[in-house]
Amino acid sequence: MRTAKWFLLVAGILGIALVATSWDRSAAGAQESKPSGGSDRLVVQLCDGETKLEIADARAGEVLPPEKAREVARRMMAAYAEQQAKQVSKWTARDRLTWEREQKRVIEEGYKLFHDWKALGGTIGISCDMCHPDAAATHPETYPKFQTQLKRVATLRDMINWCIENPMKGKPLPPDDPRMIALEAYITSTRKGVPLEPGKH
Amino acid sequence: MWPLKWKKREQEYRQQREEFFEAVKRLNRREFMKIAGLSAAVFTAKQVVPPHSFQVVDVVRADPQEKPLFRFAYISDTHLYERELNERFVNAALRAVRDVNALDPPPDFVLFGGDLAQLGQPKELELGKQILSELKVPVKMMVGEHDWFLDMGEKWRELFGPENYSFDHKGVHFIVLMSVNEKDFWTERKMTPMERMLTVAQLDNPIQSRFEVGEEGREWLRRDLARVSKDTPIIIFSHSPLYKYYRPWNFWTEDAEAIHEMLFPFKSVTVIHGHTHQLLTHRIQNIHFHGMLSTAWPWPYAPEGLPKLTVPMERPDPFDEADGTGWGTVDVHRDGYVDKHYNLWSRNPITVAKAYLESWGKEAVPPIPEFPPY
Repeated sequence: MRTAKWFLLVAGILGIALVATSWDRSAAGAQESKPSGGSDRLVVQLCDGETKLEIADARAGEVLPPEKAREVARRMMAAYAEQQAKQVSKWTARDRLTWEREQKRVIEEGYKLFHDWKALGGTIGISCDMCHPDAAATHPETYPKFQTQLKRVATLRDMINWCIENPMKGKPLPPDDPRMIALEAYITSTRKGVPLEPGKH
Repeated sequence: MWPLKWKKREQEYRQQREEFFEAVKRLNRREFMKIAGLSAAVFTAKQVVPPHSFQVVDVVRADPQEKPLFRFAYISDTHLYERELNERFVNAALRAVRDVNALDPPPDFVLFGGDLAQLGQPKELELGKQILSELKVPVKMMVGEHDWFLDMGEKWRELFGPENYSFDHKGVHFIVLMSVNEKDFWTERKMTPMERMLTVAQLDNPIQSRFEVGEEGREWLRRDLARVSKDTPIIIFSHSPLYKYYRPWNFWTEDAEAIHEMLFPFKSVTVIHGHTHQLLTHRIQNIHFHGMLSTAWPWPYAPEGLPKLTVPMERPDPFDEADGTGWGTVDVHRDGYVDKHYNLWSRNPITVAKAYLESWGKEAVPPIPEFPPY
């Protein structure tokens, strides 16, 4: 696993370096021209999406000869190794950004669905927010719990589907439907920090 | 000799029966069972047979209150879509109309509490007018934000007249006040009328402005109140609660304080409001506030700001689409203060009595729910 990761990393860096040597400048994804302190040096970014490496003897936008490109790749590799040696966590700033961004995206998607009966397959103009403004009275922290009316222990997902089928007069969503996941993400986000109390009535 | 006695007995029986059913209306089931069980136990312990089966209830009846001066009914927040899209809300509105028509004796009039339509469309408003025209007693119309923000009240005014008006009834001065104006949030955002309507129709949409009577409305109210003596009881119909409960959902009137100032000099003021779809009770000095039920759906209570005097209704059962909804009546007393009856379709009726508000919640407390809102 670890070897494979290293291999990919090295291959990736070499790829970037080789692309940087090609005639097509715009394809050089890792290459940024950033005038720092008036100088116009080549700046490359490491795979963590965070660390930038300034190449002192190459100018931004310069087409590097193969030798020099390999040298840049070697330096990037070294910088990465150095960074790895110092790093405590396996996860990088890019990971954190990804988590936040994806969470936000799915919650926003859920918010939209929560306010859009057509998108959820409703048929009589009733959307979730009409009974649950700001997802009030959805109490996701109380599930799973016995639902007298369903005669079994039910989850939030069961209740979402119940609402889609009954008041909204739509068809239930498959459990892995991205819309279901988005709804769950939005609903639970509104109760962040509330203690879990499964079974609470 | 004895047939006469028999006749008297029968009369007595009928009278007691009448009183029994009157009293039962004021009890919820649990209270009734408790009391009935208790008094039955007392009788059993004493080894006496109750003289008649209805007496148990008389034991718990509070002092007979002064008889109200008159009664009006209310239907509110029907949120009608066209029938082809949604029959449920149409049927609920029709049910309320049937219930009100069945009142015997009939109420003096019916207040419609606003939000007749869901998206202010002419067809929705016309359908609403047609449904309300089935009522046998006169209807006093009030406008809600769902009726207004598609065409800024054009169609509503065409169908029902001005949005601000007042009338006098049996010594009480009634004021219907348009309280769901909003400061322009749409022009700058280049919204279409339908976009504006949908924004306002979404309770939890933070883009819209807060409800207000507004400068013009306040001026109209000032002029109207100037004609009324300070002793005259005043009842105001307003769609938004004329106070500040929860801002994010517009359970709120931005210029509430300015309005209260105008009302404080009067001896007795009652506000009956829509919009909140729930049991809601509040008092600020001389002003008593009562919410109205919706026929369409109940709103949950807001996460904060609930007035202290409100005894919330028990959380509605989502599996019963009529639960938490209904209509109601208002008994107006000589001094203008009211007993407010919530006729919930799937529950026992609940009364918030004048005595409850007058005693600041010490007396005549409405039933406390076992399962309060989350």
